[in-house]
Amino acid sequence: MLDNVWIIPLIPAVSYLLILFFGKRMPKKGAEIGIAALGAAFVLACITAMQWIDKVEAAVSKEGGAATGLAALGRSVVAAATGAPEVEPVVRGVTWWENGPAKFEIGARVDGLVVMMLVVVTLISLLVHVYSTAYMHEDRRFTHYYAALSLFSASMLFMVISANLLQLMVGWELVGLCSFMLIGHWWEEKPNSNAALKAFLTTRTGDVGLMTGIIIVFFAAGSFDISVVNEYALSPEVNHGLMMWASVALMFGIMGKSGQFFLHTWLPDAMAGPTPVSALIHAATMVVAGVFLGARVYPVFWEGFSIGGGGLNMMAVVGGVTIIVGAALAFVQNDIKKVLAYSTVSQLGYMVMALGVGAWLGAVFHLFTHAFFKACLFLGAGSISHSATHHSFDMREMGGLRKPMPVTFWTFIVGTVALAGIFPFAGFWSKDEILATADQGDFRIFLVVGLIGAAMTAAYMTRCVYLTFFGQYRGHHHPHESTPAITVPLVILAVLSVVAGLLQSAPFEIKKFQEWFEQVGGLPKEMIIPEFDYGLAAISVSLATIVVGIAAFFVFRREEHGALKGLTQRNRVAHAGYRFLERKYYLDDLYEGVIVAGVKGPIARGSNWVNQYVIDGVVNAVGRGSARAGRWAYDVFDQEVVDGAVNDIGRETALAGGGMSKLQSGRLQRYALFLLASVGLIALAVYIVNVA
Amino acid sequence: MPINYFLILSAFLFCAGAYGVLARRNSVLVLMSVELMLNAVNINLIAFSAQAQDVAGQVFALFVITIAAAEVGIGLAIVLLIYRNLRSPDLDRVEQLKG
Amino acid sequence: MDWFDDWALTLAVFTPLVGMAIILLIPRAEEAAIKVVALLTSLVTLAIGVGILVDFDFGNTAKMQFQVDKEWIPVINARYHLGIDGISLPLLILTMVIVPLCIIYSLDHFPEPHNPKAFLALILLLEVGMIGTFVALDLVLFFIFFEVVLLPMFFMIGVWGGPNREYASIKFFLFTLFGSALMLVSFLALYFLSKRSTFDISTLASFEGAGITRGTQVLLFAGLFLGFAIKVPMFPFHTWLPDAHTEAPTVGSVLLAAVLLKLGTYGFIRIALPILPEGAQVWAPWIGLLSVVGIIYGALCCLAQRDMKRLIAFSSVAHMGFVMLGIATLTDFGVNAAVFGMVAHGLITGMLFFLAGSIQHRYHTREMSRLGGLLVSAPKMGWILGFCAMASLGLPGLAGFWGEFPAVLSAFEPSRLANGILGNTDSTLWTFRTFMVVAAIGTVLAAGYLLWMYQRVGMGTPKPEFEDAHIHDVHRPEWVAWTPLLLGIVVFGLFPNLIFSITNDAASSITRAFSG
Repeated sequence: MLDNVWIIPLIPAVSYLLILFFGKRMPKKGAEIGIAALGAAFVLACITAMQWIDKVEAAVSKEGGAATGLAALGRSVVAAATGAPEVEPVVRGVTWWENGPAKFEIGARVDGLVVMMLVVVTLISLLVHVYSTAYMHEDRRFTHYYAALSLFSASMLFMVISANLLQLMVGWELVGLCSFMLIGHWWEEKPNSNAALKAFLTTRTGDVGLMTGIIIVFFAAGSFDISVVNEYALSPEVNHGLMMWASVALMFGIMGKSGQFFLHTWLPDAMAGPTPVSALIHAATMVVAGVFLGARVYPVFWEGFSIGGGGLNMMAVVGGVTIIVGAALAFVQNDIKKVLAYSTVSQLGYMVMALGVGAWLGAVFHLFTHAFFKACLFLGAGSISHSATHHSFDMREMGGLRKPMPVTFWTFIVGTVALAGIFPFAGFWSKDEILATADQGDFRIFLVVGLIGAAMTAAYMTRCVYLTFFGQYRGHHHPHESTPAITVPLVILAVLSVVAGLLQSAPFEIKKFQEWFEQVGGLPKEMIIPEFDYGLAAISVSLATIVVGIAAFFVFRREEHGALKGLTQRNRVAHAGYRFLERKYYLDDLYEGVIVAGVKGPIARGSNWVNQYVIDGVVNAVGRGSARAGRWAYDVFDQEVVDGAVNDIGRETALAGGGMSKLQSGRLQRYALFLLASVGLIALAVYIVNVA
Repeated sequence: MPINYFLILSAFLFCAGAYGVLARRNSVLVLMSVELMLNAVNINLIAFSAQAQDVAGQVFALFVITIAAAEVGIGLAIVLLIYRNLRSPDLDRVEQLKG
Repeated sequence: MDWFDDWALTLAVFTPLVGMAIILLIPRAEEAAIKVVALLTSLVTLAIGVGILVDFDFGNTAKMQFQVDKEWIPVINARYHLGIDGISLPLLILTMVIVPLCIIYSLDHFPEPHNPKAFLALILLLEVGMIGTFVALDLVLFFIFFEVVLLPMFFMIGVWGGPNREYASIKFFLFTLFGSALMLVSFLALYFLSKRSTFDISTLASFEGAGITRGTQVLLFAGLFLGFAIKVPMFPFHTWLPDAHTEAPTVGSVLLAAVLLKLGTYGFIRIALPILPEGAQVWAPWIGLLSVVGIIYGALCCLAQRDMKRLIAFSSVAHMGFVMLGIATLTDFGVNAAVFGMVAHGLITGMLFFLAGSIQHRYHTREMSRLGGLLVSAPKMGWILGFCAMASLGLPGLAGFWGEFPAVLSAFEPSRLANGILGNTDSTLWTFRTFMVVAAIGTVLAAGYLLWMYQRVGMGTPKPEFEDAHIHDVHRPEWVAWTPLLLGIVVFGLFPNLIFSITNDAASSITRAFSG
């Protein structure tokens, strides 16, 4: 399989065509084709991963035992690839196009990052395919939906296995197209098509950077090939200036695709699409394309932003700002999907920041765990709207769903805890990896940002869980648990949200994730792999827990006058918080009046305002401005000046012609006179010339 | 005989013809005036041909006579048509040609 | 196949002429016979094209093949010299494919005032001119074919066009003729200034401008530039295009966009660049500047349009900007991109004009504010429109991308001999790199106006006035006419080397003079 990995994207691509042409005639309207294709792709992806792991382990044992992670405990710093032997990526390609003597290939590349992505993408896509049979049941365009899902999976997998940057860009744009199609799935309504347009145009704006960056890298390294590019960026003769420009340009691409501040505004709007799509595309896979790109050509950024040197750089700053901005915004949303969307923005900020502080492994690991728990959360939200609120995502219409929807509730809780980063769930391990690297690699400020972000995450997720599952049902329907097509994927994802993190759990001496997936053929040698730090981990967990407690208590308290009394007794954390607050009543006022009102009010609303008016305003203004500039250019310049000149010339010619036409009187004898006179003039001219 | 005599004769004929073409209204007379001009040219051709001892001029004169015959044929046909359409040979009334 | 080698191009050029003559002999009333003859003629021409493809030596695309070189007008040493290389071949085949598709499309809806006899005869005459231009290797011959194209187009717009057709057709004719006049002056000057008085393009190109001083080259290039730039059309010589497109009948628009515009860019690659290399070096930054201005400006104007067809017309200005930017870099990357861009633009914009025509045929309006919900009324057509919009905005994996991306790429490293905007080679790099970024921004605007158009035409629900109207979905002649184009867009998008491998050697040999 390592040599023929190109088959994996081909399967969904074929399935796309089959669904498109024959889907409507199938008994399940094409869903069965999609599921079968993704199932096959998932199996093949697993086989590929197995073979890759075998290959890595063989290389490791040949080197004489796993030297990878056995360095001394404590705060010692181990350089990345010193212990492990380098396992060469498997690259296969054929000529795609040529120019002059150069031939450009299209090909498949298998290395650690690729097999990890292959498994994640095929697995989540498969689960979403299954989930959608129930969720999208009797949709207006069920078959089209499945076709688009297949096309998306094919494009995403195609992008993942790219052997070169140009191919990556092709996949990148194709997933953008699928995102456009699926956000605008219900295009009859204007807001949906607006959201689709916004998503496409915003990412496309970032793609200007992507295109420019790839071009710069191409001319610097002389190739699109990822191995060549990485090797060039790490070689001593690298042109630092070009790499810097390339990194800045590529960074814009990442900001567009991965919803980084200030190009993130499309992501919450993208929730207009069907929920499974939000889970698959706008949480687990497509939006991490930017992070994937960053990890793919990491040496370029390493060199361009001088990440090895510590301090501030664009990548870390953008990521850090995004964490806070996204998390703050998640507070003020009433729409459960919007909460999750802003949470995604914030988590993507973690990954980008991780890349910026040199935590390659942390970024990729967080990408891996985030895919599971965020998909779990989104699918849970979908389950609620499907079975409880009749396609509404407004949390004010939810509440008290814990009882009627136990599976959804427990999986959602697992997802939340994983997202909040509480030991020993998946999010804890990956977030810890990032924070520890930031700490040990001289990026203290980003460690602080990361901790604040973690606290905020815990808080808004508590609010979200509370509003959804606790209290009293405020909707007007009959909530019931969803069908197995929905709950089974939820359970699988919840289980993964627990265990996925254990792949890289330092206290247990497990570093499999690093061992298997860090082998990508060319990472900076100076990269830091942090040692597990109990103190930091403890701080991070307790911070999250405390915030959960406070937030839960606060929310509970506020709803006290409702019939929520019994709740605080059942929930230990909430109960503790409740007691604490009950005793100090004025503190409650202080808390509500100052901290929450501060965060929820001016800060969040300010962020929201900046988001809606300044950033979005600029986006809209640019759009409106270009339309206006276009109208001006057209009305004034094109129609009056440019066209006016043309018309004037025409009119002058016509006038001149009108004058001349008087000469043509129709009188033969006058013509003859002109003739003779002209002959006379010519004779005179000839005479003068000859004599003179 | 000096060649000047011929040239003066031909110049006189040409001018008479030109005057006729420009000044007469009757289309038949205009046509005749054109003939006059052509023959003035013929005289020139023959005179120079004789002087230069070259038959080319006489050949050209023959051509001109032939063409003139054809031209008179067509010209008279046009005059006839003008007369038929306008009931008058007056050239000033043929104004539809203007642009 | 020696016989075919000698005669293929002559047959390709004159078969449509024969067909046209036959059509003229058939009485006007026998419409069926006229249609059959027209279609057969174009198909026979296509068959000749297929024969050329089979017989073409793909290992040697830089060399002129299928050459015919016969004495024609000895007094001025003009020769009947035809030939094709890797650059003309794709455009030649494109023409041969588009014309039968246009005839098929128009078989059942001829625009008013009907008269298929004249209409089809004009299309065939147009094909003579277009094919002739792409195969001519003699300046006089080239010029004649270049001008032959004008007349049928003029009548197509002027007779079968929209309400403002007279204005548009005259504007089109005069504008183009004006450029041609200056171009002819340059041709004549080339004849007199070249070492051996000749109009032969290959011979002139082999001199690489030797014997013509730099100053003269600059002047002559300006003449050629005007002639070709108006045809392309480049900003600010583009104003004839929106009018012509808006008024022209559907098939006229398709031919205009798909093939006619390429005559200009082809002229640059075939004549202006190789014959006047130093002129090209001096003019390169200015051509590049006008190209990127065109890209942005065309896109901005698109955003202001309410008429769908006019929007597509303005998008042509933007797209041809990418083609010209590629040419202006004077690199093999750029020229490859330009030829690919021409083919891709021909397929995609041709398709868009077909769609605009079909939409107008159904709704009797092209006002985007009145349209909407095409995906509801005619889903297949709606999806095709979306597909074409995506292709047109340069989505990777479809043909448009391969014209756009390498063109932008080439601007990063233009020919070292090209001048910068300050008139010296020191400023070249930053000049063109600025162009690169601006052009890349143009791709966002392209996405903006195309998706905006698609949102207003395709998405949403039908407006009340068309709610009860019965809107046909795509019917059979349309499928027949469109399928090859749609397939072409996908196939060339996935396998770009189908075209790049043909153009590559030829492009390298043309830009060798600039590789310095």
